[in-house]
Amino acid sequence: MAQAAKFELTDDSVVVIVGTGAGGGVLANELAQKGVKVVALEAGGRYLPEDYVNDEWDSFGQLAWTDPRTTSGDWRVAKDFSGLPAWIVKAVGGTSIHWAGASLRFQDHEWKALSTYGAVDGASLLDWPIDAAEMAPWYDKAEAKLGVTGVGGRARLPGSNNYKVFEKGALALGYKDVHTGNMAINSADYDDRMACQQTGFCFQGCKWGAKWSTAYTDIPRGEATGNLEVRDHAHVARILHDDTGKVTGVEYFDKDGNLQMQKARIVAVAGNSFESPRLLLNSHSSMFPDGLANQSGQVGRNYMRHTTGSIYGTFEKPVRMWRGTTMAGIIRDEAKHDPSRGFVGGYELETLSLGLPFMAAFLDPGNWGREFTTALDSYENMAGMWIVGEDMPQADNRVTLSDTEDKFGLKVANVNFSDHPNDVAMRNHAYDRGQAIYKAVGATRTLPTPPYPSTHNLGTNRMSERPEDGVVDRNGRAHDVPNLFVSDGSQFTTGAAENPTLTIVALAIRQADHIAREMAAGNV
Amino acid sequence: MSQLRKQGLTRRALLSRAVAAGALAVAGPGFIAAPDAAWAVEVTAVSEHQMATLLQMARDIYPHDRVGDRFYAVAVKSYDSPEQKDVVAEGIAMLDEAAKQAGFDSYLSAGWEDDRVAILRSIEDTPFFQTVRGGLVTGLYNQKDIWPIFGYEGESFSQGGYIDRGFDDIDWL
Repeated sequence: MAQAAKFELTDDSVVVIVGTGAGGGVLANELAQKGVKVVALEAGGRYLPEDYVNDEWDSFGQLAWTDPRTTSGDWRVAKDFSGLPAWIVKAVGGTSIHWAGASLRFQDHEWKALSTYGAVDGASLLDWPIDAAEMAPWYDKAEAKLGVTGVGGRARLPGSNNYKVFEKGALALGYKDVHTGNMAINSADYDDRMACQQTGFCFQGCKWGAKWSTAYTDIPRGEATGNLEVRDHAHVARILHDDTGKVTGVEYFDKDGNLQMQKARIVAVAGNSFESPRLLLNSHSSMFPDGLANQSGQVGRNYMRHTTGSIYGTFEKPVRMWRGTTMAGIIRDEAKHDPSRGFVGGYELETLSLGLPFMAAFLDPGNWGREFTTALDSYENMAGMWIVGEDMPQADNRVTLSDTEDKFGLKVANVNFSDHPNDVAMRNHAYDRGQAIYKAVGATRTLPTPPYPSTHNLGTNRMSERPEDGVVDRNGRAHDVPNLFVSDGSQFTTGAAENPTLTIVALAIRQADHIAREMAAGNV
Repeated sequence: MSQLRKQGLTRRALLSRAVAAGALAVAGPGFIAAPDAAWAVEVTAVSEHQMATLLQMARDIYPHDRVGDRFYAVAVKSYDSPEQKDVVAEGIAMLDEAAKQAGFDSYLSAGWEDDRVAILRSIEDTPFFQTVRGGLVTGLYNQKDIWPIFGYEGESFSQGGYIDRGFDDIDWL
């Protein structure tokens, strides 16, 4: 293996990438493979499978982003977890360490939400400037990179106890598209990663490395080219620009808390849907008083988190849902757009389990007494599923700068979110269907559980055809700044019903191709 | 509920006994419910009444009839500290006052859980109640010794996961 690169702070030929998760980590490796010099700045530390902890709270302490954030709006998270709007990761590899591995392509119509659904009151729906045909080859590459099961000749994972309960109930209700999913978790050895050992704790980092994460795939492979330097514990404070409006580098606090400045030919922001808009807003200047790339006023707007929620069912006999892969089970029949159900868009139902400590924290936050504890008493006999549905983009669901400052004196993100009536109608429909699924298998009790702190954080720097409608163009390039890119889920125009990581990866591979070509042509 | 007495045990001794008792509790049914369970809480900063009330309050907030008092005691023992003693004194005084208004001499003197829960409901929006409840979410449920009572097995990596140990062994469907 070649020595990982080391670039000078004054080297203005490098691409600086902020964040190393599914977006930034993939972009970094893909560019490095093409011979582009990359400095990736990661706010968190570096942990590998041997470091991951299969204990929910200990792992949370190790990996989660717990720097301050503030919340507002009528979502219940703002009351129950006011400083923790999201459960995402601060580490090299980002939330690709924590994700469950569900790897679904958007349905074709979901690229054209406005055209398909029509205008929805109170929603700022828009069509993506790209479509399914354009994305198909990039999805092919993403699926091959991640080793997604159920496509490319790769077998699906075997079904766990939790899946078997879910499947039997689904089939009893007449659902047809029911299986163990398209998972970036190996059913057999693939690409130097071993097969899943059904250990559980997928959310805490896969200790076998059976689940794809940039932490132990793209990052070390990019470093092996000699073109990628990853600096961990590097907290980016602001992006700098010259008086022509092109970005010139970034200022960041290094692991010792010292402010450094890394020059750059291109900057790509991939800090997730809270930190990416926060960074752009904190990068305001006399030329860009409302924040970088924000002449449209769209930076931070249209925050989406998927219409989530969970359904747990308790049964007469044990299920032991924690055994095995956490999310290898899906019902796709409700993912279609069928407005006769009383809402636009659709939702997936996916198996899910939490360990006892997190079940106690998230089953019904704030509740107490026997209604709550008798549910936990049946923990061993519990099965669980999660709702993932398309939520409506709304202009006022947004990330803004809070009055609160972090330890560096930087204003933190405030996350304002309220459900759209379409979100509520969809969630209630899903609660009904999920409860019916478990009742069909003899559930003695069903528990429609509120959304957890967000794991799918989307929008806030959305992609748009017209500069006035969004922040970035069809390649993720800022409408206002020619050498500034957004490379994470914040560029999503709409959320679709699918878990977003596969699409983030496909967009990052595609963006790397675009950036490398533009650099070679001298256009950027 | 068993009486709490000062028995001169150090916290370390208490914890070691609690751990040993936890092991026994898993092994032998009936032990947890034994009326003379050999455990105790040493109190230094707060009064016996305050600690006994906190313990009952913890059990009434998250009642699990198969989880012994010693686990609730571990979950609230950190309130016995110089930093917490004023908060505890004010909070328990408020709780006992609420009990008096409900017609009881004190919170502990209300014999039925329903009566105590009604008293707790009357103070559930107070910072004191929310602090105690919030602390229990981790203080109680993150005790590894109680996990087996719920059937939860914790980590499995050290045993090679469940691929050969029952991830798909459900037999009643």
